[in-house]
Amino acid sequence: MRIIVPLKQVPDMNQVKFDVEGGRVDRSSAGVEINPFDLHALEAAIQIKENKGGNVTAISMGPRRAESSLRDALARGADNAVLLEDRKFAGADTLATSYTIAGAIQKLGAFDLIICGEKTVDGDTGQVGPEIAEHLNIPHIAYVSWLEVSGETIVARCEMGGRAYTVESAFPVLLTVTKDVNVPRLPGFRNKITARKAAVEIWGTRELSGFADISRCGVRGSPTRVHRVIIPSEENRKGMIFRNTIDEAIAEIADNLLSRLN
Amino acid sequence: MEDRKRVKRPRGVAQLISGKCIACGARCQSSCPKDAIEMNEKGEPIIIIANCIGCRKCLKVCPVDALEIYLTPEEQKILAELAAQKKVAAVEEAPEVIEEEAALLVKLKEYRGVWVFVEQTAGEPAGVSWELLGVGADLARARKEELCSVVIGDHVEHLCQESFVFGASKAYLIDDPVFRRYLTEPYYKAICYLVRKYKPEIMLVGATGLGRDLAGAVATELQTGLTADCTGLAIDDRGFLLQTRPAFGGNIMATILTEGTRPQMATVRPHVMPLPAKDSSRKGKIVREMVPFQEADIAVKVLEVIDERKAGEVDVAAADIIVSGGRGMRAKENFSLLQELADELGGVVGSSRGAVEAGWMPAERQVGQTGKTVRPKLYIACGISGAIQHLVGMQDSDVIVAINIDKNAPIFEVATYGIVGDVLKIVPSLTQRVKELRAKGVEFMVERH
Repeated sequence: MRIIVPLKQVPDMNQVKFDVEGGRVDRSSAGVEINPFDLHALEAAIQIKENKGGNVTAISMGPRRAESSLRDALARGADNAVLLEDRKFAGADTLATSYTIAGAIQKLGAFDLIICGEKTVDGDTGQVGPEIAEHLNIPHIAYVSWLEVSGETIVARCEMGGRAYTVESAFPVLLTVTKDVNVPRLPGFRNKITARKAAVEIWGTRELSGFADISRCGVRGSPTRVHRVIIPSEENRKGMIFRNTIDEAIAEIADNLLSRLN
Repeated sequence: MEDRKRVKRPRGVAQLISGKCIACGARCQSSCPKDAIEMNEKGEPIIIIANCIGCRKCLKVCPVDALEIYLTPEEQKILAELAAQKKVAAVEEAPEVIEEEAALLVKLKEYRGVWVFVEQTAGEPAGVSWELLGVGADLARARKEELCSVVIGDHVEHLCQESFVFGASKAYLIDDPVFRRYLTEPYYKAICYLVRKYKPEIMLVGATGLGRDLAGAVATELQTGLTADCTGLAIDDRGFLLQTRPAFGGNIMATILTEGTRPQMATVRPHVMPLPAKDSSRKGKIVREMVPFQEADIAVKVLEVIDERKAGEVDVAAADIIVSGGRGMRAKENFSLLQELADELGGVVGSSRGAVEAGWMPAERQVGQTGKTVRPKLYIACGISGAIQHLVGMQDSDVIVAINIDKNAPIFEVATYGIVGDVLKIVPSLTQRVKELRAKGVEFMVERH
C-alpha cells in the first residue's frame, strides 16, 4: 500500500506573538511544529503500513525551514519526504496550494491512499485536503474518526452535522482525519538520529515541470488575494474589575446581570 | 545631452516602506517576474535593484501596501517633463494591461446574483443557511441583484418556501433520491452544473463540516476563489465581495478579494451572522433542475448512518447563557461548580481549548477559533486566561464576566465585569447569590434571541 501524507509546518500557536501596532506576525517569536491535525494523519498512515505493509511518503510545501518538520515525520515512521520549495510557490491560497501538492503527488507515481489532517491550526480552512482530491480526480472522505483497510477497499466512519456515516471506497481515495482517529506516537530517539541524516528531497518548479503548470502555483495561481491585513486590538469594554472586594463584586454582578438581562 | 524624443519613460524600482511589512509569506517574491526580490530572515523583501523593472506586480499583491515605487530626482524630473509635453498621467499603465482588464470585466459581467446554499440533513435545514440569507440580502441589495437559495436533496421542496420566508426571491431546486444523503461527489457536481448554467456572482455556504467539504470541491472544480470562515462580508466600491476572516487563531484579520474568477465563494460559521427576520407572506420563484446522475456513478458508498445527536445534547453555540471553564479550574471535578451556576442561570457549560485538551470537557463544548463561535447574552469565563483564539470565539457576547487569579490575564481586556481571585471560591459564592435572588422571585432566564 502506497500512502501519501501531506503536512504543514505551522507556528506554535500558543507561543506566537503579534505586534498589534505594526500589524505583523512575529514568526521568530514561536517555534514551529507539524500541524497537530497532520500528526494524526501521519499516525494513521504508519499504522496501515505496519498492518498491511507498504510505504509512507510525507510531503510538504513551504520555505526551506519546513525541512525540519519533514525530518520529524521521518523520525515518526515515514519512509520518504519531499519538500516543495520554490519562490514561485509562495503566497499560494488553498486552490494554488492544493494544485501544487497534487502535481507533486502525480510525479510521485501510483498511490493508494492520501491522508490529510482535517485542517491546519494557522489557516484553519480545512479546504486543502478535499481540493487535492478534486485536482487528482479521486474521491475523498472528510472528517474520518475511524478507519479500516481491508483488501480492496477502505471502510471509514466520517462525522458531519451530528451524524456518523460509515462509508466504503475503493482505492485510490483521499481521507481527512480528525483528532479522534488515533493517538500519535512520539518519535523514538534512535529514529530521530537516523532522520537527522535522512534525505529530504527538495522539489521546485523545475522538478514539477510536466506535472504542474507554474501559472497555477503561488500568487499567480491564487484566485483570492489578501487585500488588507489588520491585527485587531482586543475590544476594550472598560469593564469593572474587582480585586479585594469580592463579596461586593458578586453582589454587583448578580444585581447588574438582572438589569442587563431582563 | 540626450535627445528628448528618445527619452524612455522611467518606471522606477520597487522599494520597501520601512516598518510596514508584516512578513505575509513572500507574496511579493512569488509575484516578481524578474527574480528581483530576495527575502531576509524576518520574512521581509530585499529588492535587487539591478533586476527590478518597475512592473509594480509586487505592489499589487502586497496586502499591507508596504511597497512603493522609488524614482530618483532625475527620473521624477523626466516624468514631470514628459507629463507636461504629452499631457499624460505620470503613472499610466501599459496598454496591454488595460486591455486584459477590460476583457476580464466583460467576462465578470456575465455573473449576477447572490446564492446561498441551503444545507439540510434528511430534509431538516441547518440554521446557518438562514443566517446567510440575512447577510446575502445585504450583499444583493448593495449589488442591486437578486438573492437566491440553492436547495438540493430528496423531498426538500418545502425548504424553497422556507428560504423565501427568510429573504430569498428565487430558489434553484434539485430534488432527486440520489441526493437523499450527503456525499461530496453528487452534491458538488449538482452545484457546479447550476453555477455553469446560471452564473452567480457570489455564493455563500455555511462553514459546517458538510459546507466546508462541499465548498472546497466546488471551488476546485470551478477554479475560483474560496474564503473560509468569514466573519464579515461587504461589497466594495467596485462591486467586489470583501471577505474578512480571522487567521492565526484570530490574531489577525485579513480581508480577501476574488478579483479575476467567479463566483466569489465564501463560507461563514454558524451564529456569526444574525438570523434575519421571518416574513411568512413572502413568496418566490422555484427553478427546478435535473442533473443526470446515477447512484452507480458515485465512488464512495454509504454503508450506514447513525444519528449521533443525543437527546438533550448541549449546543453551546445556541445558548443564551454560557458558563465556561479553562485550565484555571484545575481539575475535571471542579466543572460541577460551573454546572451548578449554569443550572441556576438557565445556561450551559462551555470550555476553553485548554480544558478540552486536558480531557476535562468534551470537544463539542469548546468555544474559540478551533471550537465554536458564540454570541450569548451572558458569558462567564472561569479560570480562562483569554488566549486570543478563545477571545475571537466569544468576544461578541453581550455581557462578559471574567474570573481569574491572574490580574494580567487578557480575558479582563474584554470583560464587562472582572473578578481577580480564586475561581473555586468565587463561583460557589456567585451561585449562592443567584440562588438567593431566585428564592426572592427574581428570574434569570432570558428570552431567546
